[in-house]
Amino acid sequence: MSQVSPVSLLAERSCWTRSASARNVALMLRYALKRLISLMISLAVASVVIFAVIEVAPGDPASFMLGVNAQEDTLAALRAELGLDVSKVQRYFNWVGGMLVGEFGTSYTYRTPVAQMIADRLWVSLPLALYALALSTLIAFPAGIYAAARRGKAGDLTVMGATQLGIAVPNFWVAMMLVLIFAINLRWFNAGGFAGWDNGFWTGLHSLTLPAIALALPQAAILARVMRSSLLDILGEDFMRTARAKGLSRRQALWRHGVRNALIPVLTIIGLQFSFLLAGSIIIEQVFYLPGLGRLVFQAISARDLIVVESVVMLLVFAVITVNFLVDLAYAAVDPRLRGRT
Amino acid sequence: MNRNLILGATLSSLVVLAALVSFVWTPYEHAALNIPAKLQPPNAQHWFGTDHFGRDMFSMIMVGARTSIAVALVAVGIGVGFGVPLGLTAAARRGSWLDEVIMRGNDLVFAFPSLVIAILITAVFGAGAINAIIAIGIFNIPVFARITRGAALSLWEREFILAARVSGKGAARISLEHILPNVANLLIVQGTIQFSLGILAEAGLSYVGLGAQPPTPSWGRMLADAQTMVSFAPHLALIPGFAIIVTVLGLNLLGDGLRDWLDPRIRVARA
Repeated sequence: MSQVSPVSLLAERSCWTRSASARNVALMLRYALKRLISLMISLAVASVVIFAVIEVAPGDPASFMLGVNAQEDTLAALRAELGLDVSKVQRYFNWVGGMLVGEFGTSYTYRTPVAQMIADRLWVSLPLALYALALSTLIAFPAGIYAAARRGKAGDLTVMGATQLGIAVPNFWVAMMLVLIFAINLRWFNAGGFAGWDNGFWTGLHSLTLPAIALALPQAAILARVMRSSLLDILGEDFMRTARAKGLSRRQALWRHGVRNALIPVLTIIGLQFSFLLAGSIIIEQVFYLPGLGRLVFQAISARDLIVVESVVMLLVFAVITVNFLVDLAYAAVDPRLRGRT
Repeated sequence: MNRNLILGATLSSLVVLAALVSFVWTPYEHAALNIPAKLQPPNAQHWFGTDHFGRDMFSMIMVGARTSIAVALVAVGIGVGFGVPLGLTAAARRGSWLDEVIMRGNDLVFAFPSLVIAILITAVFGAGAINAIIAIGIFNIPVFARITRGAALSLWEREFILAARVSGKGAARISLEHILPNVANLLIVQGTIQFSLGILAEAGLSYVGLGAQPPTPSWGRMLADAQTMVSFAPHLALIPGFAIIVTVLGLNLLGDGLRDWLDPRIRVARA
């Protein structure tokens, strides 16, 4: 009988582990590549759809800008300046090609680069969405964990009742009530407007606080429910019983094994919520008169500044598709079973 | 019967009843202006008070319920009408290119939140309740397609479907006669949830001016009008808000209750 030396066993095992992890990396890369191709196709189709819908709009932007009495040669010159004098296919590729290098065209009404207008407004909308996301997570996690740990008891019923109500409340109505209470009656915040980041980070954050709370509360209600049900699923697992059997207290088992495992589906929802928050901020900006993407797009609609509408919509869709892609990747990184699927 | 179902059904019926009664009776003509009686808080004559034109809020809420229900209901209809056949087809042809096209198409529509669709439609065709219906309806399609496909896929593996195939039925007939009845419960529950989301979405769209236009009364528009007057007439904002909350809460509870009631496993566990 030949003897197997421990060293060769170890070498064999490390070789096996290495090849397994290499296979894992390859699978992950393959999955990421597949999803990336799918992301590209989605973005391309979305851009065609958006462009096509906007193209259906009746009227010529040049004559809209110059009025009905404009001379034909002036109109032609403006059309050439705006890039409207080429075929629709050519215009589509100009638009998409421009966006790839950060050129969104020129606003029909303001005659300024759309990219600059969007960038300025993003400094309000993006921090608002992120602020709301942070708040919603901060509220939802403790609420969901508390409810799950006290399943069926008064605390659970109270949290569940509150979340049921939270889901039913429109965020812009919450915003109006916050203004009524904290701005008009208590005078802790301004009823609207944005102080700007130039006046300091905290001043800017202060003026985004009420809008962020209004956006966050309904989302927090959804997230707390997901957190609770995910945690309840985990608490029923065998490994939780094992954790208790090996001597961990209820609280220790909950935190060390329960919460950590329950986080996977919750993180997915958080990712998906970001796109809802970005879209939702468009409505909330109206309540607080914030100069964000929402205000920009509504002004553009009433001024028929279609290139701005087109670009903002594309940007929002890009954000949703990209966040979903990142969530899928993060999910696959955590759960290896998903990598095999398309 | 469970508590959620009873409470949800009661609240939802109340709102539907208010909308139906408004066709034949409202305490006052909802559009009648009465400037001397403007901005009255709730009182014996005007149960929900009056707005800045002296219009009776109770009558406006009743008529507004019609708009909310109509928009959300038709939007659910669009979602079911297109989404369910798509989901059934994808499941029947699972793994094929058709399935792939339908599901990727769904993913694409999912990337357009209803607000974004509404912005696009409004930019091109102008604002109106019809646009709100289309925008919310389009957003509902992938929801129903996914849920139908998901449920149908597991049904296709069951023995009674195999029996139907052996008896010579085609995929379309099996989908209609065997799959659809078995996913109906799920669709009813999802329909209730999408209905409540539709009410919220309609209110949001009308609030920003992308939905129902004046003089069509809508809860979202009432809130938009109330915004500048909330400091001295809070009832203008409170009452339409409560109307939305009661409706959405009622529908959500109804959805939860229906799910428990229609799911035989939970029913058996209860009994």
